[in-house]
Amino acid sequence: MDNSSTIQKPFPGQVHPTAGGGVLISKLDDVINWARSNSLWPLVFGTSCCAIEMMSTAGAKYDWSRFGFEVARATPRQADVIIIAGTIVNKMAPVLKRLYDQMADPKYVIAMGACATSGGPFFYNTYSVVKGADHVIPVDVYVAGCPPRPEALLHALITLQEKIKSGGKRERIDIDGNKLGKAD
Amino acid sequence: MTNEELKTQLSIIHTSLTFEEGGEWINAVVPATEWKALALHLRRHGSFLFDYLFCLTCVDWKSHLTMVYHLTSTTARHSLVVKAKLDRNRPEIPTVADIWRTAEFHEREVFELFGVNFTGHPDLRLLILPDGWEGRFPMRKDYDDPINMIKL
Repeated sequence: MDNSSTIQKPFPGQVHPTAGGGVLISKLDDVINWARSNSLWPLVFGTSCCAIEMMSTAGAKYDWSRFGFEVARATPRQADVIIIAGTIVNKMAPVLKRLYDQMADPKYVIAMGACATSGGPFFYNTYSVVKGADHVIPVDVYVAGCPPRPEALLHALITLQEKIKSGGKRERIDIDGNKLGKAD
Repeated sequence: MTNEELKTQLSIIHTSLTFEEGGEWINAVVPATEWKALALHLRRHGSFLFDYLFCLTCVDWKSHLTMVYHLTSTTARHSLVVKAKLDRNRPEIPTVADIWRTAEFHEREVFELFGVNFTGHPDLRLLILPDGWEGRFPMRKDYDDPINMIKL
């Protein structure tokens, strides 16, 4: 993968130097998405062992602040992204929904690990586990693993940044879907 | 007391006890109807003083249920496991919540997960499972997950 074109993507637009400063030509949407993608504040939320890997990703060795994720918030009202790090049980589902509803738009969701993706090891014969967090809230990026390594979570976070930079978001997908529906 | 001394003492005070061999602790098997009297004795008698119930659980053997009580004494420093066999269709055993207070929550948990009726329990209702769950017992071997079930 050519990192220079993805992770180190330059500011979107062209700078034309002029006397006494410069002129920037860009699209406002691109600038907004660029800003959003580089300052994603995650919610402090972990329901099982995936949370340990998430903490490791936040720690010095993997250090997600290199990509703009260091401002973990303990309140959903200040968070942009919720990383569902762990098993979601039936009793936790309404809490997760409420946390998501309390987050301000635009908001993003990463399903980390097998449990958050599909219920994972609790898929069969359980009396308590939700079989995938996407039964409760919409998910932007899924990460495989049980639990995923910090590298995998970093990859997911960078993938989310790419998605935001390219303008991909839930509302836009809905609009496209409706257009297709009308064409039919 | 050592395990052997405990076993001798127990055999004297309670003749209907049988013992299972093997393991770190001695396993005494008691008829469910006699459990309450034995428990009171184990808690209060000067040579036992089992003041700490550190585990209370149940096992589904398909043919029957077994209640398992792990007891220890913080003063005399000895431990004991007491088991009681229950009828799977109508599991019932006296509560020990009045002897060891910790049993109150543990018995509620066994009640909701295995369906054991603890007679004389002060507040026998669901502990963790959502309201309206009554009638299905998730920890029994024949529990079926209505959404995704595989049989082995």
